[in-house]
Formats: sequence, C-alpha cells, structure tokens
Amino acid sequence: MRDIITEIWSTAKRNKLRTTLTGFAVAWGIFMLIFLLGAGNGLINAQLQSSDRFLSNSMMVFGGQTSKPYNGLQEGRNISLQDRDMNTTRTGFQANIDEVGAEMQQSGVTVSLGQNYFNGTLTGVYPNHCKINKREILYGRFINDIDIKDKRKVVVLSQDNAKELKNDYQNLIGQYVNVGNFAFKVVGIYKKDQSEMNKDAFSSFTTMKTMYNKGDSVGNIEYSFHGLPTQAANDNFEKVYRGRINTNHLAAPNDESAVWLWNRYTQSMQMNQGIGIIRTALWIVGLFTLLSGIVGVSNIMLITVKERTREFGIRKAIGASPASILKLIIIESVIITTIFGYTGMVLGVAANEYMNATIGHMKVDTGLFQATMFLNPTVGLDVCFEATLVIIIAGTIAGLIPARKAAKIPPIEALRAE
Amino acid sequence: MINLKGINKTYNNGQPLHVLKGIDLNIEQGEFVSIMGASGSGKSTLLNILGILDNYDTGEYRLNDVLIKNLSETRAAAYRNRMIGFIFQSFNLISFKTAVENVELPLFYQGVSRKKRHQLAMEYLDRLSLTQWANHYPNEMSGGQKQRVAIARALITNPQIILADEPTGALDSKTSVEVMELLKHLNEDEGMTIVVVTHESGVANETNKIVHIKDGLIGNIEINTDHKASPFGINGVMK
Repeated sequence: MRDIITEIWSTAKRNKLRTTLTGFAVAWGIFMLIFLLGAGNGLINAQLQSSDRFLSNSMMVFGGQTSKPYNGLQEGRNISLQDRDMNTTRTGFQANIDEVGAEMQQSGVTVSLGQNYFNGTLTGVYPNHCKINKREILYGRFINDIDIKDKRKVVVLSQDNAKELKNDYQNLIGQYVNVGNFAFKVVGIYKKDQSEMNKDAFSSFTTMKTMYNKGDSVGNIEYSFHGLPTQAANDNFEKVYRGRINTNHLAAPNDESAVWLWNRYTQSMQMNQGIGIIRTALWIVGLFTLLSGIVGVSNIMLITVKERTREFGIRKAIGASPASILKLIIIESVIITTIFGYTGMVLGVAANEYMNATIGHMKVDTGLFQATMFLNPTVGLDVCFEATLVIIIAGTIAGLIPARKAAKIPPIEALRAE
Repeated sequence: MINLKGINKTYNNGQPLHVLKGIDLNIEQGEFVSIMGASGSGKSTLLNILGILDNYDTGEYRLNDVLIKNLSETRAAAYRNRMIGFIFQSFNLISFKTAVENVELPLFYQGVSRKKRHQLAMEYLDRLSLTQWANHYPNEMSGGQKQRVAIARALITNPQIILADEPTGALDSKTSVEVMELLKHLNEDEGMTIVVVTHESGVANETNKIVHIKDGLIGNIEINTDHKASPFGINGVMK
C-alpha cells in the first residue's frame, strides 16, 4: 500500500495543475452537495419548528356557513357549535377521540391591577388546551378540572401581559386582578410565543360561559385523537364526524363548509411528505453537481492513462499483471477524489456553520409576531458519512473505465506507444 | 532451454501478413545467440514471442520445459517476471523513478519487501558500477548508464534468459562496445543465456551463434566462436 501511495504521489506531483483542477471539480461537487443540504435543512427545520407549535394528532372544529340547501332549509345559514356537538364528539367517537375541550373567546376585555391594565382576549378553555396548543407554563399552573367543575374565577396570563401589570410578574401568582368587573385569581403565567400576538388570557371554560351568558354556544371545539395512521383513515373519520355534526344542525351531512375541521395530523403528514420531496430534490441536484466532478476525474484519468500507456507497457513487460495496473489506476482515482472530496466536505460544513452563525436564526418580524424563516442550516454526521461514501464510490466509478482501458492494452502495443 | 517448433504468426491488420512461416529453433542453457535479419524479416516478432509479449498462431514454444501457449495475461506477466529479463533499444526506464527504483520494480511485482528489494537493487547497481547514480533520474544519465540500469533491472529477478532487442541501437560506438562486453561477460562468467536481436553485424559478431532470419524463415545458423575472424571483430569495432 505504501508503495502505491508513493507511486501516486510521484505521478500527482508531475502534473500539479491537472491534479489541482481535477480535485477542484470534485471538491466543488461535494461542497455544493453539503451546502445545498445544509441550506435545505435550514428551511425544513424552520418549517418543522412552526408546525411543532401544535400537538400533531389534534383537531379543531369551527362553526361555518351552510353551502347547500337541505331538508327544506336554505343555504347560507350560520352554524355555531353548541353543547350537543360537544356531547356528540365526546360520546360518539370514543374509539378515536381522547380528550374533548372547547375554547370560547371574549375580546376587548380589560385586565387591571391598580393603575396598570391591558386590553386582551379572555379565552375560556379546558385543561387539554395547554397540551394541544403546547403552551409552556413558566409559573404556577394551567386551568385544571376543578376550575371547570367549580366555575372558579381563575386566569392564566401571558408573560407579556403579566409584565404590563407588574414588573416582577412572577409574584402575580395568587394575586387577584380585575377582569372586567370581576376579581380573578392569577394561577399561572405562560411563556410568550414569538409567532403570535400573545393577547390571550385563559380562564375556565365554564366560568366564561356563565359570566358572558353564552347559552348553548361553545365557541370552537378542540380534541386530541389516536388510531388514524393514514390519510385515508383520517379522511374517513372526518367524513363521518362532519356528517354527525352537520346532522345536529340540520345541514347536509356532506356539506363541507357547515363546520370547518382543522386536522393538524394530516397537515403535518402532508408537510412531512413535502419535506421528503424537498430533501430528495436537494440530493438529486447535489449528486448531479457531483457527477460533473466525477466526469472530470474520469476524463483526466483517461488522459493520464493515454499518456502513461508506454509506462504501463514497461511495467507489464517486467511482470505487472493487468490486475495490478487496474488497482493502481483505481486507487489513484479514489485517493484523489477522497482527498479533494474530503476537503470540499470540510469546506461545505464550514460554510454551513458560518451560515448558522450569521443567518441561522433569521426571523421575519411583522411587528405583531415573528416567523422563523431559517433555522439551524447544518447537516448531521450521518450526511457527512453518506457524503464520504459517495466520494469513495465516485472515485471508484471515475477510475473504473480508464483503469479497464489501461489493463486491457497488450504489452507489445503499449511498448510501441509514444 | 528454448525450444521452438513450427512457429507461425500472421498479423491480421487489414491485409493478412504472414510474418513467421514455421520457425524451428533450439537454444541451450548458457548460449550467447544473436538473431540477425533485415527490417521486416520477422526478427522482432520472434523476440516478442520468445519474451511472451506476443502470441503465436501454430507451433509450440517451450521455455525451460514449460509450454508457453495461450496464456492468460496474468500468467504471462508472472512468467515474464520470473523467467525473462528484457533489455530494450530505448532502455524503457520509467522516467519519474530513480535508477534504484527502476531496478527494484520487478521485485515489487514479486511482492518482495521494500527493504529487501532496495538492498538487492543497490547490490546489482554496484555490480554495474552505478552506485553513485542510484538516486538519479533517467534523464540525468547518459545512454550507456541508462542501458546499464536496464541491464541491472533485467538481472535482478535472476531470470533464466536475457532477451535484448537492439541493445546498442541507441548508443554510440564506444558505449556499444561497453554494453556488448558487459553481456559477453555475463554469459562467460555467470553462464547466463542471452539472446540478442540486431541488424548490426558488429554486434552479432560478438555473440557465439548467429541465427540469420529472412522473410519469416531461418536461413542459416552460423557458429561464431572466433570473434576475430570477421572484419568486424578487429579491435572490437562494431559500427
């Protein structure tokens, strides 16, 4: 092996420019592959992060407007969800639905403490809201079952709003604040989420419903579910569920706008599919870039073989077997591609790290909320490993054709070559 | 040592060319033979067949009682490596290797260890008084020195036979004499079997047996033990 390396070193040294240019083609190919994958990962990670804001196997149901006449009733009727819809949801689909909750909003509510106040939305929710919408509680707790049962006047404030009321806002826990004309006890503070406006103050659903005289109306229904692994299963479930809710409101069972379903599971499934396609596309573009590098190496090796035909003739005359010539060329090609490919890969990783350090957490600030456009644009160790494998395979392929050519020339013809 | 029986060789490049038309030749161990002929007579083809660099169509070639026929390229390479030492007109040294590396090369293909083959190569260079040139590249040496390096390379595997194809063709008359003296010395003192292909009568005259080849057939075989008898032998003038 050491002899082969010495051989390759001496031939590479003789043609510095050629070796460098060949190497550059390969290094560039791998660099682009790694860089593209890194940038793609940045976009994908940002998408994943934003979709991660919700529990993926959850569904929200909103009231809508009928779009077709049914049972003697005209289209265009407004549908608002009611208690019986919650009952239907709770009892009719026990095979799939876990916890059922609802959210009811009252906007323009003033919350005050002494001289300080803010205007926000009071949202009555069930305990499962915290899980479904992934609220992170900083201090205290979220709404619990006892709050629901006893219609307790409790409130969970956002970090931002709590700050408006008191600078050392963690001490608000246990204090009473005025919500409209009532005194509510602050039981928790949740972490602000840059991607929305954070105006919600959460309270118990039952408290809200009583306080604001909402009657039968429940606002929006939300629940988590399980056991619907495929798109088809989800479609089927939605169809049956929609039919049942529509029937409650005397709307056509197949009317798709009477109630709106927001299925986060199928949404994330579609997104995963999209991400898969993007990933594949990036690999394909990267590999084609790399391919031009490989063709370059192959081309150079062909020229090299032609130039060295006589040398191979001499080697064969003094006892080199075709296999040893084949080995020499292939190893040379693999070593050149590996050295330069590795360099390209290291540069690509460095470029990704630079990108990560500069625009890796780029956010678009709309004033109301921030959206992450680019997150952690790097590639994992596994991709580097795969890329290394690709380099070695590329080197072998690049060397194969020239090497076979060199091994096949009969020694007497090779000796005649100039 | 070498037994050729009815060797025929035809080249099929467009028009078939019948180069060797039934060659019968025996060369015994320790002989110093030259093959002479005009260009196109088939002498180089014959040497290529002797050196297992080329195939023949019909007949039989035995080298040291081994039948050399239809060998795979790998087998042929192994036989060339162990049984034959080549000396070429244009030296055929590898330009980016030093003298000692060139001499080592046949041993590399035998799988001899680095240290051992270096040591052996230095020994052979020493025998050809080239020690101080060991680390020079071929383009830093004179023609005579290059040919001596090539001879060292031919000898290092301790082959059964040395095949020399116009060994003095690219040398001036003085170095030609030196190289022929060297071959003669190898034959006389070490009993090496040597076959030289040449078209120069002076070179042929240095050998003990001259095989004349004409139009693909062996004309006559001349026993030439008295090198002084021919006008070429006087004062060793060859050119």
